[in-house]
Amino acid sequence: MAAAISIEGIGKRFRLYHERPDSLKERVIHFRVKAEELWALKHVSVDVAEGETLGLIGPNGSGKTTLLKIVAGILRPTEGRVTTRGRIAALLALAAGFHPELTGRENVYLNASILGLSRREIDRRFDDIVAFAELEEFVDNQVKFYSSGMYVRLGFAVAVHVDPAILLVDEVLAVGDIAFQAKCLERIRAFQQEGRTIVFVTHAPDLVLRVCDRVVLLDHGAIVDEGEPRQVVRDFRRLMSRQSVAYGWDEGTKEIEIVSAEIFGPDGSGSEIFAPGDELVIQMDLKASTAVEDPIISFALHDENNTFVFGTNSGWRIGPIAFTEGKYRAQFVLRSLPFVEGRYYVTLGVHSRDSKRVYHLQEQRYAFDVIKGEENPGVLFIPVECKVERL
Amino acid sequence: MATSTYPPERAAPHPAPAPIVRTSEPPRFHLVGRIRELARTREILGNLVRKEVKVKYKSSVLGVAWSMLNPILYLAVFTLVFSVVLPASVPNFPVYLLSGLLAWNLFATSLSLASRSIVDNANLVTKVYFPREILPLASEGSALVDFALQGVVLAVFMAALRYSFVGANLLLLPLAMFALLVFTAALAFWVSALNVRYRDTQHLLGLALLAWFWLTPVVYPGGLVYRKLALGHHPWLFKLFLLNPMADIVFGFQRALYAHVQPRGAAQAVLIPVSVGWLALVLGAVSVGSLVLLWLAWRTFFHLSGDFAEEL
Repeated sequence: MAAAISIEGIGKRFRLYHERPDSLKERVIHFRVKAEELWALKHVSVDVAEGETLGLIGPNGSGKTTLLKIVAGILRPTEGRVTTRGRIAALLALAAGFHPELTGRENVYLNASILGLSRREIDRRFDDIVAFAELEEFVDNQVKFYSSGMYVRLGFAVAVHVDPAILLVDEVLAVGDIAFQAKCLERIRAFQQEGRTIVFVTHAPDLVLRVCDRVVLLDHGAIVDEGEPRQVVRDFRRLMSRQSVAYGWDEGTKEIEIVSAEIFGPDGSGSEIFAPGDELVIQMDLKASTAVEDPIISFALHDENNTFVFGTNSGWRIGPIAFTEGKYRAQFVLRSLPFVEGRYYVTLGVHSRDSKRVYHLQEQRYAFDVIKGEENPGVLFIPVECKVERL
Repeated sequence: MATSTYPPERAAPHPAPAPIVRTSEPPRFHLVGRIRELARTREILGNLVRKEVKVKYKSSVLGVAWSMLNPILYLAVFTLVFSVVLPASVPNFPVYLLSGLLAWNLFATSLSLASRSIVDNANLVTKVYFPREILPLASEGSALVDFALQGVVLAVFMAALRYSFVGANLLLLPLAMFALLVFTAALAFWVSALNVRYRDTQHLLGLALLAWFWLTPVVYPGGLVYRKLALGHHPWLFKLFLLNPMADIVFGFQRALYAHVQPRGAAQAVLIPVSVGWLALVLGAVSVGSLVLLWLAWRTFFHLSGDFAEEL
C-alpha cells in the first residue's frame, strides 16, 4: 500500500537577513543585503503509512514546524519532494482566512472552500459544523462580535468537518477551554479509529505517548531518532536534559560519594517513564573513602512546581548502619507510584544523622515522568481491585 | 498493571474513493502546471473575489451602489462643467472620459489591491496551502466587478443619450479588454510579490500610478497628443508615447465606445486619426508583449512565493 505521506530527501534553505530590509530605502542605503543561509531541514526522509499517527518532536528550532508546513504545502521545499495522498487539513489553519466583517456563515463557506471543499460539500456539512461549534444562534452574526473562544470553536469545527484523509496538528490544543480541548482530543482519537493519517507536532511528550504510533525526533533539521514512542521520547528527554543545565547541583565532603545512580522500572531496565501504580527503583552506587559511623542515605521527590511531595531515608527504614572504606549499593523500592501525571525530580543525599555534615548531595539531578492512561483520571493513584459477582 | 488503551483499536483504513494525490511544488517554474493548478482551485478564486466585494460593502447601507455612484458623479459633474460652463472642445465629454477612465480604473484598482493582497492575507498564506497566484488574481477579479458596475452606468448613460456606436470600432473592445487584463495581471504579480519584502512597493505604486495616469490620454484628447507630437518637430516622441501600453489600451476603449474620431461639433479630431486595423495591430502587439510580461512576472512571483509564509 502506498504511503499516505511520503517525504523524500527534503531540504529547506532559509535566507536570514541580518538587517532585514523591509523597504527599498534601507536596501539602497545599505547597498547590499547581507544574507546568511540556513538549512532548516536537510536530507529528511520519512514515510507515513495510511492510518498511522506520526509524532514529530524536537527542541525549539529543530525544524519540526517547518517540516509540517512543507507537508501542508505552505512552504516550498528547496530540495526533495513530498507526496501526499488524500485531502489534507491542517489544524494550524484554524480560522485561517476568517474575516471579522463577514458573518459566521460566510466565513464557514470561505474557510471550507480554501481548505478544499466544494460548495456542494459545504452545503451538506454546514449544519453539522455549526452544531459542533455550538454556535447555532450566532451563525449569522459578524465574526467580529464573537468571543475568542467562539472564534476558535468555529475554526476547529470547519477543520474537522473537511473530512481530511490526512490531519496535521501543531499544538493547537493549547487553545480553548478544557472542555473544548477534551473534545479536540476525542476528535483526534475518532480520526484515528476511522483509519485516517495524522501527523502531530508537539512539545508535550505525554501527548505523544498517548496519541502516536510512531515518533520522529528532529534536532538541528535532521532526523536523529525514529521509532516506537516510548523509546524516542526517552531519547528526547535525554537530548533535552543535555541541553538544560538549569537544574541540579552537587555538593558535599565526599567522604561517602554517590558514584552513580539509576532509576529503573519493574522490569529492571533503566527508565524515565512510568505509569501510575508502577514499581520504581532508585539505586545508588556509593563509595566510602573512609570509615563513616551512622550515615543516612536519603531521597526526596519534588514535582514541577518544586513542591516537596515525598522523601524518606535509610535511618527511618532500616535503622543505623555503618560504612567502612569500600563500595556499597543502596536501593529504594517504591512499590506503587501514587502519581498520575507529571515530571518528578529526584534528590539524593548521604549525610550524618543530624544532617550537619553532608557527605554528598545531588539536588534534583534525576527525573522521571508519570503518564496516565485514560483509566486513571484524578490527581492520585489508588491501587484498586474491582470485583463484580452474581449473588 | 493494565497497559494504556492508546492507541485505540483501528478500523480499516479510511476509504478514499479517489485520493487527491499532491506533490510538493517543484523548485522550477512550470507554466502549464501552474495553470492546471489554478484551474483545479478556481472555486477558491471565486470565493475570494466574493469576499473582497462583500467586505468592501459590509456595514454600508448603500452597499454595491457606492461603486456605481462614483461614475454617476463623474458623469453629472463633467456634463455640467464641460457642457454648460465651458465651451465644448470635446463633444460628449463624459462619454469620452468614462470610456478611458473605466479601463484605467480597472488597471489602477487592481494594482492597488494586488500590492496589498499577500500582506493583508498573511493569516491565510502562513496557514493554508493554495496557489498563491489566487490572491493577486482575486484583486483583479474584484476590480473587474467594479468595472462591470461602472460599465453598466456608462451603458445606461449612453442609451439615455441615444449615443451611437460604430460597428467596426466595437470589435476593438474584446482585444483591448484582453490586453488590459493580461497586462494588469502581469503587473499585479510583480507588485504583490515585491511588496512582501519591500513594503514601500505599495507607496511607490501610488506615486507611479499618479504619474502614469497623466501620461495616458484619459482626461485630455488623444487627438491633441497626435497633433502636438506626431505632426510636430519630433514625430518619434509620439512613438514613445505609444510605447505606454496603457495609452494603447485606452485608445482601444475610446475608439470602441466613444467611436467617433471627429464627432460632430468638434473643431479637431478628439481621437487619434488612425485606422481601426492599425489600432487592432497595435493592440495585438500589446497583447503579445503583455503575455511575455505575464510569463516573466509569473515566474518571479512563483520563485518568491515559496517563502511568503516565512517572510510575512
